Amino acid sequence: MANVISDETIEYVGILAKLELSEQEKEDAKKDMEKMLDYIDTLNELDTSGIEPMSHVFPVNNVFREDEVTNGDGRANTLKNAPLQKNNSFEVPKTIG
Amino acid sequence: MAKQYETVIGLEVHVELATKTKIFCGCSTAFGGAPNTHTCPVCTGMPGSLPVLNKKVVEYATAVGLATNCKITQVCKFDRKNYFYPDNPQNYQISQLYLPIARDGYVEIEAGGHQKKIRIHEMHMEEDAGKLVHDEWDDTSLVDYNRSGVPLIEIVSEPDMRSADEVMAYLEKLRLIIQYLGASDCKLQEGSMRADVNLSIREVGAEEFGTRTEMKNLNSFKAIARAIDGERARQIELLEEGKEVIQETRRWDDNKEYSYAMRSKEDAQDYRYFPEPDLVPIVISDEWIAKIRTAQPEFQTEKMERYKKEFEIPEYDAGILTGSKKMADLFEATTAICGKPKKVSNWLMGETLRLMKEQGVEVDDLKFSPENLAKLVNLVDSGDINSSVAKEVFEKIFTKNIDPDKYVEEQGLKTVNDDGALKAVIEEIIAKNPKAVAEYKGGKEKAIGALVGQTMKAMQGKANPAKVNEMLKEMLKA
Amino acid sequence: MTAVELGQKIKAKEVSVMEAVEAAYAQIEAVEQDVNSFVTIDKESAKKRAEEVQRLIDDGALTGPLAGVPVAIKDNMCIKDMLTTCSSRILEHFKPAFSSEAVLALEKAGAVVIGKTNMDEFAMGSTTETSYYGATKNPHALGHVPGGSSGGSCAAVAAGECSFALGSDTGGSIRQPSSFCGVVGLKPTYGTVSRYGLIAYGSSLDQIGPVAKDVTDCAAILEVIAGHDKKDSTSVKREDYDFTSALVDDVKDLKIGLPKDYFGEGLEPEVKEAVLNAVKVLEERGAIVEEFDLGLVQYAIPAYYVIASAEASSNLERFDGVKYGHRSADYEGLHNMYKKTRSEGFGAEVKRRIMLGSFVLSSGYYDAYYLKALRTKALIKAEFDKAFAKYDVIIGPAAPTTAPELGKSLGDPMKMYLGDIYTISLNLAGLPGMSVPVGKDSKGLPIGMQIIGDCFQEKKIIRAGYTYECATEKQYEQLAAIGKEA
Ligand SMILES: [Mg+2]
Ligand SMILES: [Zn+2]
Repeated sequence: MANVISDETIEYVGILAKLELSEQEKEDAKKDMEKMLDYIDTLNELDTSGIEPMSHVFPVNNVFREDEVTNGDGRANTLKNAPLQKNNSFEVPKTIG
Repeated sequence: MAKQYETVIGLEVHVELATKTKIFCGCSTAFGGAPNTHTCPVCTGMPGSLPVLNKKVVEYATAVGLATNCKITQVCKFDRKNYFYPDNPQNYQISQLYLPIARDGYVEIEAGGHQKKIRIHEMHMEEDAGKLVHDEWDDTSLVDYNRSGVPLIEIVSEPDMRSADEVMAYLEKLRLIIQYLGASDCKLQEGSMRADVNLSIREVGAEEFGTRTEMKNLNSFKAIARAIDGERARQIELLEEGKEVIQETRRWDDNKEYSYAMRSKEDAQDYRYFPEPDLVPIVISDEWIAKIRTAQPEFQTEKMERYKKEFEIPEYDAGILTGSKKMADLFEATTAICGKPKKVSNWLMGETLRLMKEQGVEVDDLKFSPENLAKLVNLVDSGDINSSVAKEVFEKIFTKNIDPDKYVEEQGLKTVNDDGALKAVIEEIIAKNPKAVAEYKGGKEKAIGALVGQTMKAMQGKANPAKVNEMLKEMLKA
Repeated sequence: MTAVELGQKIKAKEVSVMEAVEAAYAQIEAVEQDVNSFVTIDKESAKKRAEEVQRLIDDGALTGPLAGVPVAIKDNMCIKDMLTTCSSRILEHFKPAFSSEAVLALEKAGAVVIGKTNMDEFAMGSTTETSYYGATKNPHALGHVPGGSSGGSCAAVAAGECSFALGSDTGGSIRQPSSFCGVVGLKPTYGTVSRYGLIAYGSSLDQIGPVAKDVTDCAAILEVIAGHDKKDSTSVKREDYDFTSALVDDVKDLKIGLPKDYFGEGLEPEVKEAVLNAVKVLEERGAIVEEFDLGLVQYAIPAYYVIASAEASSNLERFDGVKYGHRSADYEGLHNMYKKTRSEGFGAEVKRRIMLGSFVLSSGYYDAYYLKALRTKALIKAEFDKAFAKYDVIIGPAAPTTAPELGKSLGDPMKMYLGDIYTISLNLAGLPGMSVPVGKDSKGLPIGMQIIGDCFQEKKIIRAGYTYECATEKQYEQLAAIGKEA
């Protein structure tokens, strides 16, 4: 089964991924994705019914920290790579109209 | 005939947990602080940083789950919820979707004179976002990550509420349970308790639900009530006009009393949840649950019963005293010091409630200490001050938490017990008021009141009125 | 000279730390313009550090085998105040506020960081050609790629620009370039080396490991960087970390499985021959060798691309122009700022994987793609469990070919992805694997043998690799000519 990726899908995925693609890049992305999905679809040859999805390889559980303050004033380190800052805060384009 | 509509409401309540540190790092959760001071690589999404779960968050969440009759998910996991927004430093929120910590619970509420169960669909743990400050003059917003990573539980109810009253009762109930657990202070104003309202309407008798909207940005009980009324009216109007309600998220503007759609092509609500690979599963054993259950405090109903039995507090008063954790704590702590539960109750039920109303103070913001109230109770009890002085002193305790012993001493408010001095003053008052004296002697007993009042005034309130009364009568006999 | 040998000379005061560091820089000076292994070279702080380390050695405070030895770090590991770019434009000026745990461990052991090595952008690629800072060349043949994504680390070691390096491996990114560059590279069991400070590509697959001149170095380095870390929740508390104790020249009765699917179609005959010859060497030393059917080999790559891309699409969301890194100079409003910043900041391969990852997680596709891949992962892990019930180690090639020519791979990504067929399943199953040089092809390009162990069985891998080295001429003595001249 060959996958077909529509213009709308590429547009939509671009919104989710926050990527702005040129027309050429969109065409390439469609083809790339179709090929990859066709390839990925070979997984459907495998019967995986009843198999528990494995998100973690090892059965490590319950890794916790105690509720104790270990960090001090982190402002200088937090802001040191800021592309734009003001009043010790990160400056971004206005988020509400 | 006009159609009858029913409002169907479900709530998503976010509660900030009262941990000392954030959910995934050792930064303080203390409120306030200069922007970005309570931050580290983890809670600001620095490349290479990794989260480690705060154990206390699991314990608080489990405790709330148990107290709301939920089933605890004994193997639970975190998931990532992906969406871009600057208050969310990683552009994904670590939350729970597939295996939330608790499910299928309920709380019982009382509204409009009847009991009702509000079912809880599920409850999950997640991290809070940072704060955005919008610049008035510039076209910019400023991001502060001090709140980023503060632990939250989100409690999602079933659509079981039918009115603003039921919503209020449900929220009060949740708040009471969570405050009693000590899991959060649940202050709506400071945002430590927040509610998003899912609302739809349908014709009375209809089986199917209507299309619902979700309203955000509700930061007081009053705003929630107004938003429910406003949104109900908006949806009814749409239906009456033959239009459709669109399923969407709306932002309530409490000043304009209207909600606005938050729609934008760029906010496709497709969160692409998947299991958080940087955290491992949480296994909550039977033993752990049992331990948390045993540590649960006495909740309101049990406390009320105990107050009635142990302290002989009437039902109504016991209800008020246990109606908030703060009040119950004040009552119990003060009683523990002075050993006079009924008198403590009288102060809380009387002057405290009166001053709260008069000054618009919320119960959680009461500032006076049990020690000072206990001292006041003792001062009155020993006759060191009279009740009108006591009221005056209490007002000072209520507003400034002054030490009543010191205050009474400094201001010289102690009742004068020197009979000689009092006798001299009364003689003077009798001499000055022949008319009242004559009336009293003529059989008009009430006339003595004026004489008592004048004596008290001359004594600057520092006399015991009962005693003044008694002495006056004695002296007027002669 | 290997890292351990250099460490011994420094300890014996035959070489000073400063001399060792200066020698590395001299070689960098000589070959870097041809090889381009580095993104950042930090001479000044390395020299300051060299003096400090020398003092500690002289005081007897530093006695480990790596004290004073120059090391290069792949540019996806944070080092405090040192440029850390992931070879991407989006982190062009990024200087972290903290160092990776693996780097801290090396520094504690007295190793001297001399710079950050080039890589495929965000470790996405198999050739080190997707770097924003230009491709790295294979020191054995400058017209060929070094492999990737840890191509800079492997090329730097092969060219003698450092004594050893750290790489990271998400789908073969240490083992494949090690094979192409004729060095020894080890991907440890998932959870063995802390990922704290490693800029994530696929969090459930990423693992840091050593790139070195021989197996001894590899074991010594792993011993330093491995350990349980409370800052990494996926870190595993292991029973032992004494990897150098496995440097034993003996494979008697070691059971080796050769998966038939690793020697079939697509494998270059010269690579096949070299690997089988190496296996024969082990057999002659007493190992028991048997062919077997390892199932599901062909499903590892599609499962991997779903899982890795999905995780990457989420891991890379934080690069948005708000907190660090590149921000577009010209935008209108918030979402446009995000889009412009990311579109300018990321290269084609990164965008391709972010798009794929966002798609497979999007509404309606999660079950069909993501969960299907996680179920496949479980099946693959079960296949390995079956195999390791019978064998101590599994051996195959690290890559189906030797290093391709520069500029020939990126045009057909699907083909490039297929080059990871022998390495990728280990990341899905969390297994350790090591590439050991076993000769060169007729073009003079190195060939690597991959030794795969069960989880936590690095020692068996090390023993097999070490025995092979002892039995043959050590491959590092045939380092790239470019590395020997200077
Ligand atoms: Mg939520
Ligand atoms: Zn923090």
